[in-house]
Amino acid sequence: MSKLTLKTEGNTHVLVTRRFAAPPEAVYRAHTDAKLIQQWLLGPEGWTMPVCINDARPGGKIRYEWTNGKGRGFHITGEYLELEPYVRIVHVERMHLPDPTPDNHVETRFDSDGTGTLMTMRMTLPDAQTRATMLASGMERGMEASYVRLEGMIEVAAEN
Amino acid sequence: MSATQHLDAAFSAVADPTRRAILARLAQGEATVMELAKPFEMTQPAISQHLKVLEEAGLVVLRVDGARRPRRLAKAGIDAMDHWLAMLRKALEKNYNRLDEVLAAMEQPENQKKIKRGEKR
Repeated sequence: MSKLTLKTEGNTHVLVTRRFAAPPEAVYRAHTDAKLIQQWLLGPEGWTMPVCINDARPGGKIRYEWTNGKGRGFHITGEYLELEPYVRIVHVERMHLPDPTPDNHVETRFDSDGTGTLMTMRMTLPDAQTRATMLASGMERGMEASYVRLEGMIEVAAEN
Repeated sequence: MSATQHLDAAFSAVADPTRRAILARLAQGEATVMELAKPFEMTQPAISQHLKVLEEAGLVVLRVDGARRPRRLAKAGIDAMDHWLAMLRKALEKNYNRLDEVLAAMEQPENQKKIKRGEKR
């Protein structure tokens, strides 16, 4: 299975791709069915998602709550904007740390790729500073924002 | 500054395209303000301002060489960012590895039940 790619695009986008062996129908379901989401969207070892509200229809609410079982936790809220079954999901989300972060607009596509699926997730932050803050501090609390790599710059710089 | 504040400053610093270009130039080797100003068609004070941001973010350091003040990349600062991103990528990959297992279980419910009961296939 090919590895995850993550890179920044322009000053406000973050792009994630990942291939899955299962067809788009299954990958889409695993992203929209609360019982399935709770099994994998967990981040670091030891964290669980005791609350997963996921009303997968346009305008429907999202609320995910994570805990490490030792008194630390955080949650995100969001809303679905568009759902095209098995093909595409558009939603907005924000982390509560506890103050809400600026909205992250996320488009997730599921394209057939042989017998499997190529997932492409494109995040749009309101500005470059928000993306920077999300990268550096927001992600410390979990994995929601762990979607960036400064491809190019870092690689060039690291060679020195 | 805490480690998180350092990273925040570093990521903020590289959110600017000119500063990314300066870092890419310095990755080729050290350069003075004058040498940096030339290809960017910017004034020296403007370049100095960008360098100040990069220095405060721990990504660039200054060397004193007689009357010259060449800048170069601060390896520790760059490495810290790279390390952080690698860690995040790993955490994200962990999610998707778990998703692979969830998807496999959806396709073959019988096998999954057997695995859960500890039976050999």
